[in-house]
Amino acid sequence: MYDIGKYQEATTVEEALRYLHDDPGSRIIAGGTDILINVREGKDMGVHLVGIQRINPLRKIIVNREGTLSIGPLVTFTELEENELINKYVSYLGQAGGTMGGPQLRNIATIGGNICNGATSADSASMLFCLNARLHLRTKESERTIPIQDFYLGPGKVDLKSGEMLTEILIDRIDYQGFAGKYTKFSQRKALDIATIGCSLMLKIRKNIIEDLRLAYGVAAPTPVRCCNAEQYAVGKMVTLEVAKTIGMKALEDVSPRDSWRGSKAYREQLIQELAQRAVMELLDQGGKKDA
Amino acid sequence: MLRKITMTINGEKRTLEVDDRESLLEVLRERFSLFSVKQGCSVGECGACAVLIDGLSINSCIYLAVWADGREIRTVEGFEQDGKLSVMQQAFVDEGAVQCGFCIPGFLISATELMEKKRSFSREEVRRALSGHLCRCTGYQKIVEATEKGLK
Repeated sequence: MYDIGKYQEATTVEEALRYLHDDPGSRIIAGGTDILINVREGKDMGVHLVGIQRINPLRKIIVNREGTLSIGPLVTFTELEENELINKYVSYLGQAGGTMGGPQLRNIATIGGNICNGATSADSASMLFCLNARLHLRTKESERTIPIQDFYLGPGKVDLKSGEMLTEILIDRIDYQGFAGKYTKFSQRKALDIATIGCSLMLKIRKNIIEDLRLAYGVAAPTPVRCCNAEQYAVGKMVTLEVAKTIGMKALEDVSPRDSWRGSKAYREQLIQELAQRAVMELLDQGGKKDA
Repeated sequence: MLRKITMTINGEKRTLEVDDRESLLEVLRERFSLFSVKQGCSVGECGACAVLIDGLSINSCIYLAVWADGREIRTVEGFEQDGKLSVMQQAFVDEGAVQCGFCIPGFLISATELMEKKRSFSREEVRRALSGHLCRCTGYQKIVEATEKGLK
């Protein structure tokens, strides 16, 4: 038996927002793969929960006329990986999600939960940083849309106000069209592990010249982090191994990894350089461009 | 709080009252004596508690029983038909995939999820599909081989 103080289940967004409003201390539970484990470990004893699993409109992935992709926060990692639209436009986001946990977890854990728990190691987060994803947040009385970069405040801390819930993840066409991408999860095991470093790269190349490059990491700082110095350096360069190496070096100016039992700061710095360099060369081999 | 839920367990419709705080694992073991569903790590790492929920392999120890309302739950107890093991179960027996057996129901659940997708899988895909289960006896090789045999 879980030590849950109160459980309410919503079937619509409005109902969930009402529960959150009326009981400000309550928390949303979606797939439960983080929250239930925390409760079992005694971290959130007596927690008040609002279940949102049955709010089906939050499970949708659609693309509107302007080409903006809208991903519902209840989309599971399995759904993300298998979804036709995701595979057509941002397959690398599905690929990133496919590295999270193990199959049974991916069958129930959601992309919204991955973002809202605020972990720097979240496998979908750094790619969403590269994609300039925007988050639509609602309370009973208000709504707002903010860049994902502004949502992350610190380790495990996100800008989710009392009574607020994530209802949509938005990616504009300009942020995915013509890009190739790759997520590299460096971890001790291939499954059921947390990244020592997660590296997300998006690349747009024309005639061997880098038109646009986006680089972000998980576990390289207290939150996922974009590497503006590396990105600025890369634009306009002809892709060579030397340039790829420099991109990796430049990335170090944007990150602040730390020592942990999973790996030392020095080890992480080595990975940050190496993974960016390898990803650049790999995407170059793939043509650096994708029909989208 | 108690809630009345209705779920299908191995083909039979069941209505019962469950506590908000109960896991599906607890309900399946304690009320329905479905002991193939094992409590292992309790944190979603070992996969011993996996069951099929609407066809998806999910860890029942981190799944609230109230979420099962209206859903179809299958455990290994339901795989046998007319005294005959399922194709996948038989493959596990034939290939000698079972040693102590604790993890095997979980593996069978994920292998069955794969089988029901009705397509072929590479060895890499099979290994990935089974990667949410831990086995401390076999070294996995025979489990992978058995799953491949069952998929044929």
